[in-house]
Amino acid sequence: MFEVNFKEKVDEIILGHNSDKKKIISIIQEVQREYHYLPEEVLVYIADTLDITHSKIYGIATFYENFSLQEKGENIIKICDGTACHVRDSIPILQAIYKELDLNDKKNTTDDMKFTVETVSCLGACGLAPVITINDVVYPKVTPESVVKLLKNIKMEATV
Amino acid sequence: MGGTMIIDGRKVNFKDQKNILSVIRDSGIDLPTFCYHSELSIYGACRMCTVETSKGKIIATCSELPKDGMEIYTNSPRIRKYRKMILELLLSNHDRDCTVCERTGKCQLQNLAKRYGINRIRFDQLIEEKEIDNSSPSIIKNPNKCIKCGDCVMVCDEIQGVGALGFTHRGTEVEIKPAFNKKLSETNCVNCGQCRIVCPTAAITIRNETQKVWDAIYDKNTRVIAQIAPAVRVALGEEFGMKPGEVTIGKIASILRKIGVDEVYDTALSADLTVMEESDEFLDRFSKDENLPLFTSCCPAWVKFVENKYPELTKNISTCKSPQQMFGSVAREVYNKKDKEDGKKTFIVSIMPCTAKKAEAARPEFCHEGVREVDVVLTTQELAIMIKEIGVNFHTIEEEALDMPFGIASGAGIIFGTTGGVTEAVLRRLLRDKFGKEEREIIFNSVRGLEAVKEAVVEVDGKNISVAVVHGLKDADYLVKQIKKGEKYYDLVEVMACKGGCIAGGGQPVPRIITKETRALRAAGLYNIDKTTQIKSSDDNYIVKSIYDHILKENTHILHVK
Repeated sequence: MFEVNFKEKVDEIILGHNSDKKKIISIIQEVQREYHYLPEEVLVYIADTLDITHSKIYGIATFYENFSLQEKGENIIKICDGTACHVRDSIPILQAIYKELDLNDKKNTTDDMKFTVETVSCLGACGLAPVITINDVVYPKVTPESVVKLLKNIKMEATV
Repeated sequence: MGGTMIIDGRKVNFKDQKNILSVIRDSGIDLPTFCYHSELSIYGACRMCTVETSKGKIIATCSELPKDGMEIYTNSPRIRKYRKMILELLLSNHDRDCTVCERTGKCQLQNLAKRYGINRIRFDQLIEEKEIDNSSPSIIKNPNKCIKCGDCVMVCDEIQGVGALGFTHRGTEVEIKPAFNKKLSETNCVNCGQCRIVCPTAAITIRNETQKVWDAIYDKNTRVIAQIAPAVRVALGEEFGMKPGEVTIGKIASILRKIGVDEVYDTALSADLTVMEESDEFLDRFSKDENLPLFTSCCPAWVKFVENKYPELTKNISTCKSPQQMFGSVAREVYNKKDKEDGKKTFIVSIMPCTAKKAEAARPEFCHEGVREVDVVLTTQELAIMIKEIGVNFHTIEEEALDMPFGIASGAGIIFGTTGGVTEAVLRRLLRDKFGKEEREIIFNSVRGLEAVKEAVVEVDGKNISVAVVHGLKDADYLVKQIKKGEKYYDLVEVMACKGGCIAGGGQPVPRIITKETRALRAAGLYNIDKTTQIKSSDDNYIVKSIYDHILKENTHILHVK
């Protein structure tokens, strides 16, 4: 989680890349790995430290689908909608997840910050289609019913 | 390098042009572009400049070098089809309310759509209406008119070193806006308006405040007085088909009276006051070796730039108010008394080449007990709007003189409108009696012209004063960094935010293609006025003396920011 006193950590990341402007993407990636998203304060701090403009760093952060400026939930669900998964009915699975978590294509993180749902273009496991990952654990050949079950289990574990 | 190309079957020689586009344009063909400006980096976004080669290849001429023996067609059937398609696609995502658009008639998109006979758009308009950003005191940003050519992003970053605007997102979702969805007023935007100069459509326009002036004029109990900045008079004519640099101050005076302005004065006079105050301040700091270099304070975009980026250097900025605000301060001294006598209100309008002046006039330090030193700032462009509205014939209207007493300025005050002008004006005062006429001319010449940084070292009373003149904020930023690192040392640094100085300000008329020549011609216009003015140095201006003796007396502090 993002803490207000981020400077020490971020300085370490920047120095790890020799404070090189050209390494900006790697720096942002590492920040995202640390906080699971890109807090505005951190991006501004990096821009000022490396003497690049705020609009440039914001442009980079919004250009790549992988970067997120929104805080993400504890559990990150990635649902594959690549060709193989799509023809094996990935969309009904997505709909089932949305319904279970009360989300939609505009709102992809639950209010209690427990879940974030993202669609991705291919997870590279087409033989297992349709595929989802939850916190980078692969779940092959899922169905709308099995997904709902999975989610219920996670919720249960959280309450225990 | 050099050689011969065949353009549309015609042999064309080229020498050192940096791209095929320039060769084509130099050969007399007006190849269309949106995103190409010779002074900005080549981006190749709009694809309007594409041509077909004899081998059937389609190339963007802005980003290809001319080659000897190359054969190209600028209007082949394929090229015409592509160009029309690009225009149609751009228009399909464009707010096409042309009749009520600020830019109508001068919009490059409208102009090219007309040129290529686009009379029907086959595609549906799918874009949602986006919010207009009118948070800035100077400019309005309307994303619905944006064609994403990126010119504003480039000028803001490459020339001004500000980077308030940037590209965000990707593909069809690309937008041009400040970082983190901020409004312009919440960013480091300095209000210079250069984005508006390069914008081919009405995506960025000047905040139009002409109605406020009309309201004041129509109010019987209001006395409206106007001050006109030096650079306005050498550019306004362009809006009416005149050449850059043609002096129109006489026409401006008579038209403003026709519009209903009661008294018409010259900001060049208050520039004379600035010279007096700033040269005194400089000598004082120089003798004490305190807060040097002294940075000039006339340019509000520069002042804001320093406040944003180098707050520790604000103490180096001259405490002098800019000529616009000095005029306001002196005029309020005079008219506050008059207002009480005749029961009227005085409304001060300034006509400026600059969008940042709007923001300057609105700063809290220039507002006293609810009364602003300058009520409204109109840009040259807005003055042209008012002139067109009343319908006077700009070409036949007779010229008139400015009013007394604030209508007489020295040549030094006039050249404030171009880069190097402030420095030369100050030097004219400091160097009088020190050097012969020829020597002075040589020194003055070293601070004139459009070079990025100009330097001069002058020996006065056994001490060397080193002076630098810089224009364009990116170059200024570079100079500041050198000063901070100790690589450069100066005593006096003149900074104007816009390339070329106020003559190329963000409120000036927009030439179809902005070139160095436009700037040089406008600057030459100011130097021509200077040549024909009897009073060369600010301290010779007897109006200045009488302002000190009769109006300011002990109150010279009103000419400074506390």
